[in-house]
Amino acid sequence: MFHLLIFILKLRTIILIMFFLIIKRILLGLITLFIVSLITFVGTEVLPGDACTTYLEREAYGAALEACYKRLGLDIPAHERYLSWAYNVIQGDFGYSLSGQMPINEVLGPRVKNSMVLASAAIIIGIPLALILGIITALWRDKLPDITISTVTIFAMTIPEFISATLLILVVAIWLELLPGIVIVPTDVTITELLPNIILPVIAIAMIMTAHMARMVRSSVIQVMASDYVQMAILKGVPYWKMVFKHVLPNALLPAINVVALTIAWLLGGVVVTEVVFNYPGLGRLVIESISNRDLPTVQALAIILASIYVSINLIADLLTLMLNPRLKTLQIRK
Amino acid sequence: MEEIIQKVKNLSVGFKSQKGDEISILKNITTNIKKGETVGIVGESGSGKSTLALAMMGYVKQGLYTMEGECVFNSSNLLNMSNRELEKIRGRKIAMIPQNAGQSLTPNLKIGYQIDEALKLHTNLNKNERDKKISELLNKVRLPSPETIALRYPHELSGGQQQRVAVGMALAGNPDLLLLDEPTTGLDVTTQAHVLELLNFIAKDTGTSMVYVSHDLGAIAQVSDRIIVMYSGEIVLEGPARDILKKPIHPYTYGLLKSIPKLSLAGLPDSMPGSQPQPGAKTKGCSFYDRCNLAEDKCKKNSPNLEYVGEFKTRVRCFNYKKLIEQKSEKQSNIKRNEKNIKINEILNLTDVSISYAKQKLLDQILNKITDTNPTVKDINIDINKGETIALVGESGSGKSTILKSIAGLLRTKEGNIKFDQDRVLSNDLKKRNSSDLRAIQLIFQNPDESLNPNHTVEEILAQPLKLYFGLSGEELKNNIIELLEKVRLGKFYMARYPRQLSGGEKQRVAVARAFAAKPDIILCDEVTSALDVSVQAAVLNLLQKLKEDFGTTYIFVSHDLAVVRAISDRVAVLYQGRLCEIGPSKNVYKFPSHPYTEVLLGAVLEPDPDIKPKLVAEDIVEDKPPEKGCCFQGRCPRFLGDKCKNETPPWQIGDNGNAIRCHINIKDLEKKQNGN
Repeated sequence: MFHLLIFILKLRTIILIMFFLIIKRILLGLITLFIVSLITFVGTEVLPGDACTTYLEREAYGAALEACYKRLGLDIPAHERYLSWAYNVIQGDFGYSLSGQMPINEVLGPRVKNSMVLASAAIIIGIPLALILGIITALWRDKLPDITISTVTIFAMTIPEFISATLLILVVAIWLELLPGIVIVPTDVTITELLPNIILPVIAIAMIMTAHMARMVRSSVIQVMASDYVQMAILKGVPYWKMVFKHVLPNALLPAINVVALTIAWLLGGVVVTEVVFNYPGLGRLVIESISNRDLPTVQALAIILASIYVSINLIADLLTLMLNPRLKTLQIRK
Repeated sequence: MEEIIQKVKNLSVGFKSQKGDEISILKNITTNIKKGETVGIVGESGSGKSTLALAMMGYVKQGLYTMEGECVFNSSNLLNMSNRELEKIRGRKIAMIPQNAGQSLTPNLKIGYQIDEALKLHTNLNKNERDKKISELLNKVRLPSPETIALRYPHELSGGQQQRVAVGMALAGNPDLLLLDEPTTGLDVTTQAHVLELLNFIAKDTGTSMVYVSHDLGAIAQVSDRIIVMYSGEIVLEGPARDILKKPIHPYTYGLLKSIPKLSLAGLPDSMPGSQPQPGAKTKGCSFYDRCNLAEDKCKKNSPNLEYVGEFKTRVRCFNYKKLIEQKSEKQSNIKRNEKNIKINEILNLTDVSISYAKQKLLDQILNKITDTNPTVKDINIDINKGETIALVGESGSGKSTILKSIAGLLRTKEGNIKFDQDRVLSNDLKKRNSSDLRAIQLIFQNPDESLNPNHTVEEILAQPLKLYFGLSGEELKNNIIELLEKVRLGKFYMARYPRQLSGGEKQRVAVARAFAAKPDIILCDEVTSALDVSVQAAVLNLLQKLKEDFGTTYIFVSHDLAVVRAISDRVAVLYQGRLCEIGPSKNVYKFPSHPYTEVLLGAVLEPDPDIKPKLVAEDIVEDKPPEKGCCFQGRCPRFLGDKCKNETPPWQIGDNGNAIRCHINIKDLEKKQNGN
């Protein structure tokens, strides 16, 4: 009874600490977002040229330029523009894109969805595959399975994605004519229509991602396998697979959480190169397009969205690690 | 006839070098373990003792393989069994107690689960019976409130508790043979004494055979019936514990025993020159030839066999063991230290020093408010004389290294000041100290592997302080380096070597040379010998003493090893939880320990003599932090008085012998009580 009471008390402290931690991290995240918005604003401001000069090209002088400035609100001093923009963003309104003359929210919506579809597919395939490959290579270290898989993963890691993507298009789409090589769909396509188009991009992304993560998992498992407590488990007579699942994997995969999180953030943030090669209508291509169009409001909106993806996914990963690692959990309480 | 439980027959274990040579770690080991006996395997690092113990479980570390021979247990050879078969024996018939229990318990699993796992594997008990058994086991290894311990994670226990859990876990399968691999290394002296006492109790209680592997002859002496001495992968001496410790008839064992500093003897122990040959070194003769003072020509040409001596109980591998038998048992005469040089001329004064690790809150920092009322180190007042060696002793967490760091300027003091050269206050900010103050105080670290930059040659390592403090260059710099190397007895050719090409003792010599390169007034020695083997430790201690006599340097020597402190120090300060308990001349503190904590500490020291048993006066409770008020030792004191000790800070008392203690009990009464015991 008494122990139960202590346990409940302990649990309460854990929840309280987690709560404060989350609040603290959210505040820090907001500060990060503010700094990111400031940097992107200043950056686009300092660079020569703006939306009007890009849009008007050779006619960018005199009255036409003035009128354009007026129309886009670029004649107002920079700090005032930033403040009014920030005020609107807090209310969820990113304003209008300069080139397309569309509300940015409408531009972003389908792009975010498309990127999510691509990322989710890559995650669903890539992460379990990476874990399995990493564990296999570690457990059969220096044996045939390890040597074959490791050779392949090192190749997959070193070949840049634009080359592997181009090769995929050449082989699968052009020679074998199995799948479309380039995504030619409207941006607001439905998911079912999109799916057959994403197979090649997903393979191209998953190759690199899986290879990186599998290497990480491999070294982490190998490190734990060499630890004293695994040797102890063997000497205790724990059967091999039970030892792997109970003593090795929980400890080996903990450090992987953060890497997985960064990978997910990278994927959601748009895999720029792959999207461009496959002409995929996701966030990554939007980044390239809006930068080349000097579409300042869109660039800013993208920066904010990408930064918040990174911040929130890292937060989730840290909390997960904290919950799964008994050492961190109680360390926090002791202090 | 005694039943033999494990037979090791002509066992050789080794590895293949990159060139394809077969290099053996164990060479033709043959020995038996009898039922119910405790066998101590002793040897310095690299002697193959752990490899032998693991082989007795049928386990050969990755990279090693069995070259020949077998380990027979229950008439089957463990070394060619399948993993499936081994799983049934490991933990059930033969169990292991690991060196570092903290790292040997899986961090993500609760204590209860880890013991339950062993029970599930090796017994047929049901869930309820197993739960009961877990409590029973934890009780048996004397852990307080077993039910709560079972719910904890390994990192929530102290080192001693973790080691007890490991013992309990090993007992879960009711094994016939327990292998203990340095089970008490890394524990505090008092904890170590308690764990050994527990192991002795378990050996008697359960009748289990034990194989106890350790480098520490003191620990081996407390538990073993029989001792096996290993050197360079061979058994060099084997026999009843008492015979081996009292009358070692192998020159290596003889030298090893002499190189251990003892509490009862002042002065430095004899050192044994040289080091163990590297595995794979091709020698025709005796492996101990280079270091042996009885060596003859035949020792170089032929390797001696392990021969029976006397009543067929002892085996020795030496041609000349008879010389050692004939040798009269001489009283150990340690090298006397020269104690005359000390003049009362204070060089360093610590006044009311307190140090805190607590992080100050931002607001308090701005307001310069002190928030921590219970700092890690508090009220330290020590005056250090020029040319003396003062030792700070205490268990882990006693703040001894913390004090060293703050003298060196690596840690800021929170209150009080440190005065150098009688009147100059040293800044507590390292950046504000001037170059001559920095030069005057040098530090030697515990682990030379980590304190020497692996990418620098010995020459570069020693050149740094010479360039920095004296601006030397060219020929002059080189001559100085050679001179320094000579001082620490290393040849000129060491200059081009990297730390990884040096042995542990040589590395520590380089670290000593680096400290002396600055021509310092004070050298801070932080556990400088605890990472070294005993024979090397003796050599380093002798070297430090010699250098001190040559240069008149002052040493502040931090160690947990009371015998080492006894050997080297003039004065000793005993610390508990960052507070001073006792301070006085070494010879008096050791002869008349007055403070109850000093008594507890000295009582727990293990001597390599089966007749001297440690006195266990206090519980080995681990305290997280010092008490808020009253005496720092109140929680564990065997002479606790009650409220007075709880509430009032004890006053300083000075005894007739020059010891000063901090205790509420009159120092005269304390001395009487302790002599009465």
